[in-house]
Amino acid sequence: MGTVNKCKLLLEDGSVFEGQSFGYEGSSAGEVVFNTAMTGYPESLTDPSYKGQLLVLTYPLIGNYGVPAQSAENGLEKFFESNSVHISGLIISDYSFKYNHWNATKSLGDWLKENKVPGIFGIDTRELTKRLREKGVALGKIIFNDNDIDFYDPNIDNLVAKVSCSEKTIYGNGKYKIILVDCGVKNNIIRYLLTFDTTVIRVPWDYDFTKDEYDGLFLSNGPGDPQMCSVTIKNLRKALEIDKPIFGICLGNQLLGIASGANTYKLKYGHRSHNQPVLMSGTERAFITSQNHGYAIQDGTLTDGWEPYFINLNDGSNEGIRHKSKPIFSAQFHPEASGGPTDTEFLFEQFIDLVKKWKEK
Amino acid sequence: MERKINKVLLLGSGALKIGEAGEFDYSGSQALKALKEEGITTVLVNPNIATVQTSEHIADSIYFLPVTPYFVEQVIKKEKPEGILLSFGGQTALNCGIALFEQGVFEKYNVEVLGTPIRAIMDTEDRELFVKKLAEIGVLAPRSIACTNMEEAIKAAEKLGFPIIIRAAYALGGLGSGFCTDADELDKLANKAFAYSKQILIEESLKGWKEIEYEVVRDRFDNCITVCNMENFDPLGIHTGESIVVAPSQTLTNQEYHKLRKISIGIIKHIGIVGECNVQFALDPDSEDYRVIEVNARLSRSSALASKATGYPLAFVAAKLGLGYGLHQLKNSMTKTTSTFFEPALDYIVCKIPRWDLNKFKGVSKQIGSSMKSVGEVMAIGRTFEEALQKGLRMIGQGMHGLVGNKDLIIENFERELSEPTDMRIFVIAEAMNHNYNAEKIHELTGIDLWFIQKLENIFETRRELLKFQNLEILPDELLLKAKKQGFSDFQIARFIYNETKDLTESLLKVRKFREAKGIKPVVKQIDTLAAEYPAQTNYLYLTYGGLENDVEPAGKDDSIVVLGSGAYRIGSSVEFDWCSVNALNTISKSGLKSIMINYNPETVSTDYDICDRLYFDELTLERVLDIIEFEQPRGVIVSVGGQIPNNLAMRLMKVGVNILGTSPESIDRAEDRHKFSNMLDKMKVDQPEWIESTSVAEVLDFANKVGFPLLVRPSYVLSGSAMNVVSNESELEKFLTLAANVSKQYPVVVTKFFEDTKEIEIDAVSKNGEIIAYAISEHVEFAGVHSGDATILFPPQKIYVETARKIKKTTSQIAKELNITGPFNIQYLAKNNDIKVIECNLRASRSFPFVSKVLKINLIEMATKAMLGFDVKKPDKSIFDLDYIGVKAPQFSFSRLHKADPVLGVEMASTGEVGCLGRNYNEVILTAMLSVGYKIPKKSILLSSGTIRSKVELVNSARMLTQNGFEIYSTLGTYEFLNNEGIKTRLVPRPDENYRPHVIDLIKEKKFDLIVNISKDLSEEELNKDYLIRRTAVDFNVPLITNSRLASAFIHAFCEMKIEDIAIKSWNEM
Repeated sequence: MGTVNKCKLLLEDGSVFEGQSFGYEGSSAGEVVFNTAMTGYPESLTDPSYKGQLLVLTYPLIGNYGVPAQSAENGLEKFFESNSVHISGLIISDYSFKYNHWNATKSLGDWLKENKVPGIFGIDTRELTKRLREKGVALGKIIFNDNDIDFYDPNIDNLVAKVSCSEKTIYGNGKYKIILVDCGVKNNIIRYLLTFDTTVIRVPWDYDFTKDEYDGLFLSNGPGDPQMCSVTIKNLRKALEIDKPIFGICLGNQLLGIASGANTYKLKYGHRSHNQPVLMSGTERAFITSQNHGYAIQDGTLTDGWEPYFINLNDGSNEGIRHKSKPIFSAQFHPEASGGPTDTEFLFEQFIDLVKKWKEK
Repeated sequence: MERKINKVLLLGSGALKIGEAGEFDYSGSQALKALKEEGITTVLVNPNIATVQTSEHIADSIYFLPVTPYFVEQVIKKEKPEGILLSFGGQTALNCGIALFEQGVFEKYNVEVLGTPIRAIMDTEDRELFVKKLAEIGVLAPRSIACTNMEEAIKAAEKLGFPIIIRAAYALGGLGSGFCTDADELDKLANKAFAYSKQILIEESLKGWKEIEYEVVRDRFDNCITVCNMENFDPLGIHTGESIVVAPSQTLTNQEYHKLRKISIGIIKHIGIVGECNVQFALDPDSEDYRVIEVNARLSRSSALASKATGYPLAFVAAKLGLGYGLHQLKNSMTKTTSTFFEPALDYIVCKIPRWDLNKFKGVSKQIGSSMKSVGEVMAIGRTFEEALQKGLRMIGQGMHGLVGNKDLIIENFERELSEPTDMRIFVIAEAMNHNYNAEKIHELTGIDLWFIQKLENIFETRRELLKFQNLEILPDELLLKAKKQGFSDFQIARFIYNETKDLTESLLKVRKFREAKGIKPVVKQIDTLAAEYPAQTNYLYLTYGGLENDVEPAGKDDSIVVLGSGAYRIGSSVEFDWCSVNALNTISKSGLKSIMINYNPETVSTDYDICDRLYFDELTLERVLDIIEFEQPRGVIVSVGGQIPNNLAMRLMKVGVNILGTSPESIDRAEDRHKFSNMLDKMKVDQPEWIESTSVAEVLDFANKVGFPLLVRPSYVLSGSAMNVVSNESELEKFLTLAANVSKQYPVVVTKFFEDTKEIEIDAVSKNGEIIAYAISEHVEFAGVHSGDATILFPPQKIYVETARKIKKTTSQIAKELNITGPFNIQYLAKNNDIKVIECNLRASRSFPFVSKVLKINLIEMATKAMLGFDVKKPDKSIFDLDYIGVKAPQFSFSRLHKADPVLGVEMASTGEVGCLGRNYNEVILTAMLSVGYKIPKKSILLSSGTIRSKVELVNSARMLTQNGFEIYSTLGTYEFLNNEGIKTRLVPRPDENYRPHVIDLIKEKKFDLIVNISKDLSEEELNKDYLIRRTAVDFNVPLITNSRLASAFIHAFCEMKIEDIAIKSWNEM
């Protein structure tokens, strides 16, 4: 395995975690967040929602099945959620220097090196997670050879602008035209939409789609504070005035909430896992969902015409909203999974059904 | 729920057997707890008296009766429950439930099957229906053809092409299953499988595919979760009960993990399970192709493992779902605040390793494959695979110290050993690495995923690095820490550094001191089901080197008591010690002290985190116990309720200053060390069989000449007679001396005069400061020579002299005083003509403690624990020993699973479990107990084939009785003539070597006999070989077999003198 160099993780509060490097050897700073998922590191690392973040994986054994090759299908990376690694650093407990999987072409460490992202192992990730969960947000940095750098708070930047596409891209050639507002969309959302008879028109986050012809509007996930997307919110308010179907996921859910007049707030303990239970309001139907968010819509602030769609079974927080009469709904969790459970993939079908109905009208 | 359920009947799984062990005590106990919480009256049918579930306060009424349709119907008739739970008692309960349903019993008595509907169960049990069900939702199953006769089987194999696999429907843990590579193998195996099942399956072979399992839960609202997935280290082809298993899966991508998860949920919804089920997959190692191998529509060994691995109480939740709750309506019992509808996130890896006891059996095949032979398992928790695996390999308790650092293995043919695995498979891999086999080559030969092999290589590499250092002082901290993170014990490190093979207790303590000075210590981590995402106050703990900070503070300095558990279930140590541990914990808690449990067996109740104040799911080695004691600083440690493992630690713990509660370790040593013990008895003028302790063969031969054969040869520290053997002549003696010497070099061999026509009597007792507080004398039905764990035991004794009992009591009192016993103990005696001899003394709870406690209705462990804690314990009133009923404890054997093993009883314990039944008289208890361990009252024909004159005489009355009762007796020549002379007409059957057809083996295969009694003359190899074929064929063709004349006679008398209908349907509290 060659020589392994030491490096360390510093938190804003002064705590230091010493570990060893398995990725790119250059210091890096960002917000330290964790996820308790037990699979899916290639998916997480390429999820634009992690832009600017140092990601802690609580599952200790990482790198086991390596990293698959890049290969495009329908203009999308087949095995990744976007075209690049978005995290600023990876923090784990036990790294598998050797990997084995039929689909792997390189090790996780090599992939990180290619993408100039540091990786640190040998960390007590459980202890680190306990501290992070209490802090909510913590800035940190991975330091090599005392090459110290400043802390960096990615939330002061407009991260959505960084990860959104720069121009309109069209996927598929189906009957139903879906405008997808890209705030940092995961490929699997597009993949799901394309399983139906759709044309997906992916537009930048600040693109004014209200003048375009479309049958349904999709609001994607994305990184950071929803308030940064004021342009998107403004466009969305216009879209809400008409009755066309809208479906939002994660950041898209928060944007829809804000546009409809509701407030968002910061959760005491963020949801960062593949095992979040949600209940569909007013039913006995529960689903396991993949989540990664620290903010939520405040139930009590929903405006007239809106109601909670899903609630979290652990802490009762809002997990989605819907309009009482219009074909508009959103989910705070990730029905597109990747990684995580696929229990709520039916929401895509539901969206397309609404689009069909609207179009037939 | 349409109808209010006030009373529920739960079926247990009966005696522990291979494929059905302690996991069902755990799941049944949890279910009963869940029902109780709802205010429901519970009725339990389970003859396994040693279990926790058959204890007071767990079920309201307990019936120690066979879990068979007849008895369960009688209980239903009497108790009139509104509901029944079938999925908590393994395949035994499920099969019984299906039979009752088919007989219309549930309908007749208006009993609702709670949880999964019986139709759904049947859909999963019948392969053809099952495959059809899967096809309806487009889920792939192995291509498979159901066959009901040989002709069909041959055709099916031709169609699918060899290799194929055979499976028997409705069979426990893969009974009668196996791979066939050609027509010959098919012929052999299919014939055997048909003996167990009317229907067998011929399937495509998926050898080499990954084996993955999901534990899936569904409620009546159609909400589903997968609590856990698990990956087998060994590829498909090795039964999951025989494989090392890790949770969660390690080599699956997100895509694969969730593809299989989605299919699992699809299946459980389509079949309509309400509660829990287990889905087993084969996954192609080179693509995402898969097959669904099996669905178990009930709690299983895997679900018990999943519960322990994740902290998710599957059985408890399944029981609640059976009552109509939704998952989202219940709270996670770990966090108390979050929902039960969630999927645990682990931040550790668990590793399950099976425990085999194949060495205890004569002639058994050591190969592991598609049917299960292991008798127990361990679960190890770590933050690297290496750590969990090495912990686990120590836990299985077969003298191994991890993957490396063990005694050298002699392997003749690596290629064969790697491709045709035995119970030593993992150690063969390590040895192969030592012989320069690289990971790829090992992968190729074993089919084990390269990732796992690479991890094993990491361990091997670290060993190589450690070997470079000859003293501790120059050992780099980084290497030491790396080794500890990979699960190396101080013992292993000491062995590599000091390059010694002898006892390293001192050296390992040196390593300990050295590393502690460097601050290299393990940390205590919690299992919280959420990977620290939310705060959770849990008491479910393990130790690891993969971290810096402890999750918890000590439970309460000086206020806590540590109880050492019994480790992996094995022959000689199983659920009875779990009962003892649980009762010790209860007593500690009731006394206002904090109870701390250390154990690592996922099949137990004692490792349930709500049974104690703190559970350390970790090793019972000196090193780990010390780690925990140093952290917790408890008031004391109890070593006498967990069987031999804690007992063996007592002295070493005391030497490093640990406070051992109860009888002092010096006394334990005086009882364990035969030399000391015998000297003590001599001084006390207590008789014992003649014996010699020696390492010299010549000396032993002299002794043999003096006292005569047979002799018993054994090493001094005994666990259910490891390497213990009876020898009948000089050549055997020499052979076994070598064998015993290999078991333990540390202790010399003991050779004892072996008695045959002698009664064996046991006493279980509790003392305080040398004075007996309570005791129970029980009597073996069989004469001495049958291991006490295999004996049928009567309590109170029915056929011993009053004077003998008085002598035993007196001698026991003297020994208790001499050893100043405080706590539980057990002494075994030989008795003949009112002379008694002491044969063994254990200063700890014995296997029979739960049995005698439950018969007496006095909890001897509670008493013993109070005594050890220093509390006052009142002697129970004498009248309490005057019982109106009797109890019998009978062994359960699992020979049918142990391919080729000779099903004969000897000094080596062979039974895997036991039952205990209560009744008004001798016949009633014997009959109930025999029916409980699977015997059936013969309908017509019985084969008698008896060795010695003594056993022939013993059986004369029985034979007469059988004839009088209209049974047809068949006999082999000697027995035929003997009985003929006694005026008893029997039908002569030729032995296989007599060259007549049909001979006895043909007739057994034709199912001609309903019962076979085969008594061998003695335990010499020659004699045993003679009738081996008769006994083995009986087992292979599922014909009840008795090999002891006294037991045969007791059973025959019982079923001739009473009918099954005469057995009273009485619960424990009605006794």
